[in-house]
Amino acid sequence: MSLLTHILGWPLLAALLLAFVPRNFRFLTRLIALAATFTSAVLAVVMFVKFDTAAATEYQFVEKLPWVASLGINYHVGVDGLNVGLVLMGALVAFAACCCAWEVQEREKEFYILLLAMTGGILGAFASLDVFFLYFFHELALVPTFIMIGVWGRGEEKDYATFKITLYLSIGALLALIGLLALYLQMPEGKRTFDLVSMTEHFRGKAMDGSAQQFIFPLLLFGFGILVSLWPFHTWAPLGYGSAPTPTAMLHAGVLKKFGLYGLIRIALPMMPEGAAMWMQWLALLCLGNIIYCGLVAMKQKDLNLLIGNSSVAHMGFVFLGIASLNVLGVTGAVLVMIAHGFLAALSFGLSGYLYQQTKTLEMEKLGGLLRQMPFFGAALVMAAMAGCGLPGFANFAGEALVFFGAWTEFRVVTIIAVWGALVIGAVYMLRAVRNVLHGSLPEQWHAVKDVATPWRRLPFALLLGALLLFGFYPALLTRKIEPVVKQIVKDARAVLKPSVTVGVKNLSE
Amino acid sequence: MNASLIGFEIAVVLLGLGLLLLDLWTPPERRRGLGLAAALSLLLVLVATFVVPIPQEAVGFGGGYLFDGLALFFKRFFLVAAILVLVMQTEFADRIASGLSEFYALVLFALAGMMFAASANNFVMLFVAIELITVTFYVLTSFQRGRQASLEAGVKYLILGALSSGFLVFGIALVYGTSGTMSFPEIAAKIEANHSLAHQGLFQFGIVLVMVALGFKIAAVPMQIWAPDVYQGAPTPVSAFLAVGSKAAGVVLLLRVLLTAVPDLAGHSAKLLMVAAGVTILYGSLCAIPQRNIKRLLGYSSIASAGFLLLGLSALNLNGVSAILYYLGGYLFTVLAAFLVICIVTRSTAGQTSQEDDVGLFAGLHQRSPLLATALTLAMVSLAGVPPLAGFFGKFLLLKAVVESASSPDQTALRSAYYTLIAVGLTGVVISLYYYFGVVKAIFWSKGVGDLSPIPLSLPARLSLYVCIAGMIFLGVYPGPLLDLTDGVVKAVFK
Repeated sequence: MSLLTHILGWPLLAALLLAFVPRNFRFLTRLIALAATFTSAVLAVVMFVKFDTAAATEYQFVEKLPWVASLGINYHVGVDGLNVGLVLMGALVAFAACCCAWEVQEREKEFYILLLAMTGGILGAFASLDVFFLYFFHELALVPTFIMIGVWGRGEEKDYATFKITLYLSIGALLALIGLLALYLQMPEGKRTFDLVSMTEHFRGKAMDGSAQQFIFPLLLFGFGILVSLWPFHTWAPLGYGSAPTPTAMLHAGVLKKFGLYGLIRIALPMMPEGAAMWMQWLALLCLGNIIYCGLVAMKQKDLNLLIGNSSVAHMGFVFLGIASLNVLGVTGAVLVMIAHGFLAALSFGLSGYLYQQTKTLEMEKLGGLLRQMPFFGAALVMAAMAGCGLPGFANFAGEALVFFGAWTEFRVVTIIAVWGALVIGAVYMLRAVRNVLHGSLPEQWHAVKDVATPWRRLPFALLLGALLLFGFYPALLTRKIEPVVKQIVKDARAVLKPSVTVGVKNLSE
Repeated sequence: MNASLIGFEIAVVLLGLGLLLLDLWTPPERRRGLGLAAALSLLLVLVATFVVPIPQEAVGFGGGYLFDGLALFFKRFFLVAAILVLVMQTEFADRIASGLSEFYALVLFALAGMMFAASANNFVMLFVAIELITVTFYVLTSFQRGRQASLEAGVKYLILGALSSGFLVFGIALVYGTSGTMSFPEIAAKIEANHSLAHQGLFQFGIVLVMVALGFKIAAVPMQIWAPDVYQGAPTPVSAFLAVGSKAAGVVLLLRVLLTAVPDLAGHSAKLLMVAAGVTILYGSLCAIPQRNIKRLLGYSSIASAGFLLLGLSALNLNGVSAILYYLGGYLFTVLAAFLVICIVTRSTAGQTSQEDDVGLFAGLHQRSPLLATALTLAMVSLAGVPPLAGFFGKFLLLKAVVESASSPDQTALRSAYYTLIAVGLTGVVISLYYYFGVVKAIFWSKGVGDLSPIPLSLPARLSLYVCIAGMIFLGVYPGPLLDLTDGVVKAVFK
């Protein structure tokens, strides 16, 4: 069996196993969940190290088993340079999220079953090379999210948040499903398959009918877009994350949300160049909504979780901008931001979750001076905030810089505005959060607040920070893998654009 | 005359009659076991359908009876359903005041009717089979004579059933009057020879009336109004058999009439089917939202499912028909699992009409009986169409068939209509998440749980639950075999 099958199989197997563990064996329940996610994470690291960068455009660790032959559905997993980093990020974040799940104290068994199912689903979605399984695994991860928010969520608006996130994300997923089905049906009868590799090759050889592209592309763009909180369909995100239990917010904001972006890059762009040519300028405008509007909204927030939620929506704007630029630099940068933001979002939500456990409130006006009381926590939060405003040294900087370089050649005005949003607005809300939470005088009631004390509790935060710094100082670990694949995708996606533009981009990237 | 053709039906009818005779010699306290005996005998019949050599395709009884792949598929479907329903009836036995053997036997007669319906090849057989099913259900729905709700359900079913039978007869008369024949293939041949027939107003009106009457069986708009009341009032096993058996019988007859007798006309009635499908999905989903009574909720969910079946039909391609069969296969295990759990859980509260079948009854079920909680949760999740369960793949196939029609070059005129229909279907799916998960929430996360006594489970009930759970998971995780089967059947029957 391929390493990938192990990576996504262990969490699912553990979820099944947990169903048979008696309810009061709390320690065992937790141990199984941790062991499974830890195994996945270690195997993902092994896979990342073993990955042959020289052959990054080829799928590695492939496994293909026929599943429903008559429909052309196969269990087909594999990684190339594009998703190897995403699988690694997903597995690491899943382990960190599982470590942070100690805050859940009631009905742990059900919680861990759902968390493990979600983990397996996420990893499966990123590893699948079959469009059906891509959707199947994503849905498998999505539905536990709703249940976890509805049951273990916090705050007064929990029910409304559950309702909203379910509605938005189900609609997004179903729109994407219709798009994917329509895509499948564009293949000539007899050759129809859900296999991503064959589909991409088919449409590379014989371009899809133009009117079909004009129709299917927006379905995927907005279907996937809703999943990624594309402005103006983003309102579910801050509210949902604000109400979600910590591990769920970490996994969803960190990993699952990136699925829509991955789908756009992997499926929509290379298969539908005409659709891409028409819609990318609109995407560039919409992404300003994410960057500027949601950034301004984040500035207004009084609650730390809502601030992080809004800033995570704003960060998605950079990814959209990178995708919209449709050149090697921009799209490579977008993928890098996806991975970096995965670590960052998980870190931020993990920290805010820890703080909530200690103080039972995240209203920034009531907090203050906590750095003295909680040095480790404070340091981690400062670093997360710095990463969030794109300080060099963190992986986010590398990604965002690439995105801006890429976007500059395509949309000057948009890029100027976006940079403004990234540097000024981002810095304002992040620094304000740091000041309100960590600096100033320590209110009386927080004198008893405890720092993240044991190494075990510190592990998830250290792991995520370490990953951010590693890829920040040495982004070539990722970009060398991503770039060759992106080159091919950009070439496919630019098949109908004027050649002069294509040449310009080619020169730039060389 | 080839009596061996109807061997399975004869076996079922004889079994029913034998059960009535056995009743004379069985002491009352042991009558409950008769149901299990009947279930085991049906299991033998089911095995026989796999063992006995069966003709590929055979016609008998003056062309009225057709034995083909589709008929065999549905006969097996009905047998499985009836076996599970009989087990459910034995669980329900203590709530039946008198006439327990008749309770079992009537289900067997209804089963015979369904099996005949699967083979109907002319309007006479169609009518006789439908009446056999419907009349037995008039009795079955009102079988708890001491319970007002049951009697009310019986009366409602009777009145609306009689109305739809009236439509059916009138429709058949019009079709016969204009075409001069009752046989499905002959009608098709006549239309083939003389296309003006298909455009005659009276003929079309007749077909529409027949469709409306069959819509009553599957609980589709405009004949859906009975479903929630009857599901709620009827004894639980009867509701289950109505939801699965009676609905599937309606579906197979609809397929026969539309695709064998008037394929041309069906091609032109896409808009009618689409409107019916869309309205049915919306009606079922929207009305299910405020329900607190679980059987009533399942009644509305059954209406929504009828809409999804019509969705597959309105796609007007073979994949759509194949998807309908697949969806029904998953629906069988899902719905029967749900009703079986309801049947067992509500035993303790039978008779307290105010609280009867309230969703709140399931509070803390996972502590009282993990197996029941698992089965009901899986059933709800499968009905909501979440992977990796049977319901997901069924809905996936149905949607795929409709998208296929929408993007096919010969349906350009209907393209926007198809996309509207898809949007309606998606709306239905999203709404359904809400009310199905409401039940799941009640199982695991209700506050103020009262009764936490464990629920004892008999061996047959336990086995049936295992079968249903296995069915739901298998059809979701490994759809290949059944899909190949349904594809094969559909391609062989509707060339």
